[in-house]
Amino acid sequence: MKNGFWVFLAAFVALGASWLGLVYGPLKQLGVATETKVLQSDAKWPQARTGDATLGLQVYRSAGCAACHTEQIRQTGAANVLTITETGSHQPADLKGFINSLSSSVPELMNYSNAVAANLAGWNGELPKVLYRGAADTVVALLGDKLKAVGVKTEARVVATGADIARPGWGARQSVAADYLYDAPVQLGSLRAGPDLSNIGVRSPDLNWQLQHLYAPRSLVKNSTMPAFRFLFSVRKKADGPDAADALVLPKEFAPATGQEVVPTTEARQLAAYLVSLKAGVPLYEAPFTPITAAK
Amino acid sequence: MNPTENNTFCPNEIDASCRVPLLALFGGAALWLVLGLALGIAAMLSFHQPDLFAGCPFLSYGRAQAAANDLLFYGFVIPAALGVMLWIFARLSRSPLALPLVPVAAANLWHVGVLVGTVSILLGFSTGHPWLEYPRAAAVLLFAAFMLVAVSAVATMGFRLNRELYPSHWFLFAALLWFVWSYATANLFLVSGHPPRGVAQAVVGWWLANNLIFVWLALAGVGIAFYFLPKIAGKPLASSGYALFAFLTLVFFGAWAGIPPGAPVPAWLPTVSAFGALLSLIPVIAIGIIAKKTVCGAKVPCRGGPFCFIKFGVLGFVVSSLLYLGEFCPRASRVLEFTWFQTGVTQWQLLGFAGMILCGAIYEILPRVMDRELPFAWLVKLNFFLFAGGTLLFVVPLLLGGVEQGLKLRDAAVPFADTGAAALKFLRVSTTGQLLALLGSLCLLLNILVMTIQWKLGLVKCVVTAVTAPLNAPEVKS
Repeated sequence: MKNGFWVFLAAFVALGASWLGLVYGPLKQLGVATETKVLQSDAKWPQARTGDATLGLQVYRSAGCAACHTEQIRQTGAANVLTITETGSHQPADLKGFINSLSSSVPELMNYSNAVAANLAGWNGELPKVLYRGAADTVVALLGDKLKAVGVKTEARVVATGADIARPGWGARQSVAADYLYDAPVQLGSLRAGPDLSNIGVRSPDLNWQLQHLYAPRSLVKNSTMPAFRFLFSVRKKADGPDAADALVLPKEFAPATGQEVVPTTEARQLAAYLVSLKAGVPLYEAPFTPITAAK
Repeated sequence: MNPTENNTFCPNEIDASCRVPLLALFGGAALWLVLGLALGIAAMLSFHQPDLFAGCPFLSYGRAQAAANDLLFYGFVIPAALGVMLWIFARLSRSPLALPLVPVAAANLWHVGVLVGTVSILLGFSTGHPWLEYPRAAAVLLFAAFMLVAVSAVATMGFRLNRELYPSHWFLFAALLWFVWSYATANLFLVSGHPPRGVAQAVVGWWLANNLIFVWLALAGVGIAFYFLPKIAGKPLASSGYALFAFLTLVFFGAWAGIPPGAPVPAWLPTVSAFGALLSLIPVIAIGIIAKKTVCGAKVPCRGGPFCFIKFGVLGFVVSSLLYLGEFCPRASRVLEFTWFQTGVTQWQLLGFAGMILCGAIYEILPRVMDRELPFAWLVKLNFFLFAGGTLLFVVPLLLGGVEQGLKLRDAAVPFADTGAAALKFLRVSTTGQLLALLGSLCLLLNILVMTIQWKLGLVKCVVTAVTAPLNAPEVKS
């Protein structure tokens, strides 16, 4: 090559193509997104944050919380789960025999008879009992109908699967693009030195818990590796009379010297409000699941 | 064209023209390297002693870590690479540096930008986008400074006597364009004040991170290595044709990686990225083969000198790039995503690849440019072993710890606290490695600093002799 122009052209076309694909394309698709509809409901998602929580995102950004915390839940797939909720007048052993004979005689169910039999193997009648866990909608519907005909009540639910979902309180479904509509800046994070926070508002909805956890993480979570964020609090001399309403109630080994009290600053309160606002609990078109509250 | 020919063409004049700009770029770069590593250690201390900086917001992990990473990339890697680029362009052109005062001003502007950005992050004014944490004021300074250096570099390239372009020209010229375009684009979208809605911000951020930390580093680092390896080994690059293939595949495929497989975005984005990452294996392997063929059989002793640095750096490029691209494999990502593994790979790219090549290049260039020996030549060897050993000790535990952490994260039966605890013992070793790398970087700083002082003293002496010299006889009125 004799001419720098060809290098210029190669770089321009290469970077331009990737710009079209990975910047322009997503901006056209995601940059114009609006609120979406929650499944089986008239509600919209996501809900905009209120004042303190909106400002709390800026405290989160400023302190660099995303260096250790992600705000994204992954899932490996989704499964239909059929659960027996009421056995009606049947004895467990009879019902077991009936279901096994049903699943080995009805052609559509034959492929699943082993799984169903395995699920029922040690069953002594405790409820609710997961009868079948898998991906095919038709199997669940058919099995449910057959059982309904003999007076057994069942419940069919869609659940997300994966290690993140299986962790208690981490959320019922994967994070999707719609969840971040009102975030600026979007704080996805890339390291889980600390737990994921996309559902912390459901996991620990108490503002005072959040504040105490920020001031002294190990007073609430014994093995926590999180640094204390004491600079978000002010330690001041206690006034005469009753304690200040917003003073933290701390266990003895974390409490300040006698005659002093720990009071959250505005930033701490905003950050706690933001954390409590982090919820990812509604089913969406791209991440369906059956909420537990909906199943009565 | 063989770069060894350049030595015959008035190299002294060329080197002298680079002296002041390169000192300005390298001096600041070495200082930022030391500060960046020190700040990185300070950040990691939070994992050894969680409440150490509980009352000090400036050194809390989130801020110090971001500032340290940016110091390594924007503070050290970019100015050092720009300095080496200017010298390589001047040497390849066989002409003195064009507009030599422009890069001097630019270097100072750049360092001010880095200072403003770092202080802003530590004070809590980070933008919150990884690799783009510097606020608008700093970003504008950096952009302007880069443009100025690029003008000087391109002008020097334009004055070349031999019109044929050498492979390093392609890589380094593309690197200049690449940074300007991608940095400007990402800043306009994310830092301008009107960010795109929702998760599109993260997509732009990933695009930039990949273009800077993978593609730009590869263009700059490999371009520099392709100049020095043949020059030191005394053999031509093997071969220009392969290098062209590696260059084209790198820019065309490399720019498509970047979106992690687990990202909460429409599935086509990570899929395209995984495919781009897969194809990017081609240039990485090609570059490894070219370097191997060029170096193999060269009867040049290494002895911890610049040759060692650059060979280690190229090996670091191949290994760290393979690990980096592996992160985009969906199956591997299920374990490695959100773990210390990614931190380890990034640090390897910055220190074990770019850092090594740049240190080697600086030690090779500096004595020529300053026209004097290094003040502490024995420190070069020490620097190599401390830096190489330190980087490995820093990075390898992070990689291993990341895998263990990832395997535990994947098993929901393991309590979350145990996944963090699993990584802690690896972090202890890793910080030791960081400390060794810091000691190594002090050797570089010491050499550049003492050289600068000697040079400035020389200038003062020159002036003093000129002033105090006895006047010529005709001027003395008797």
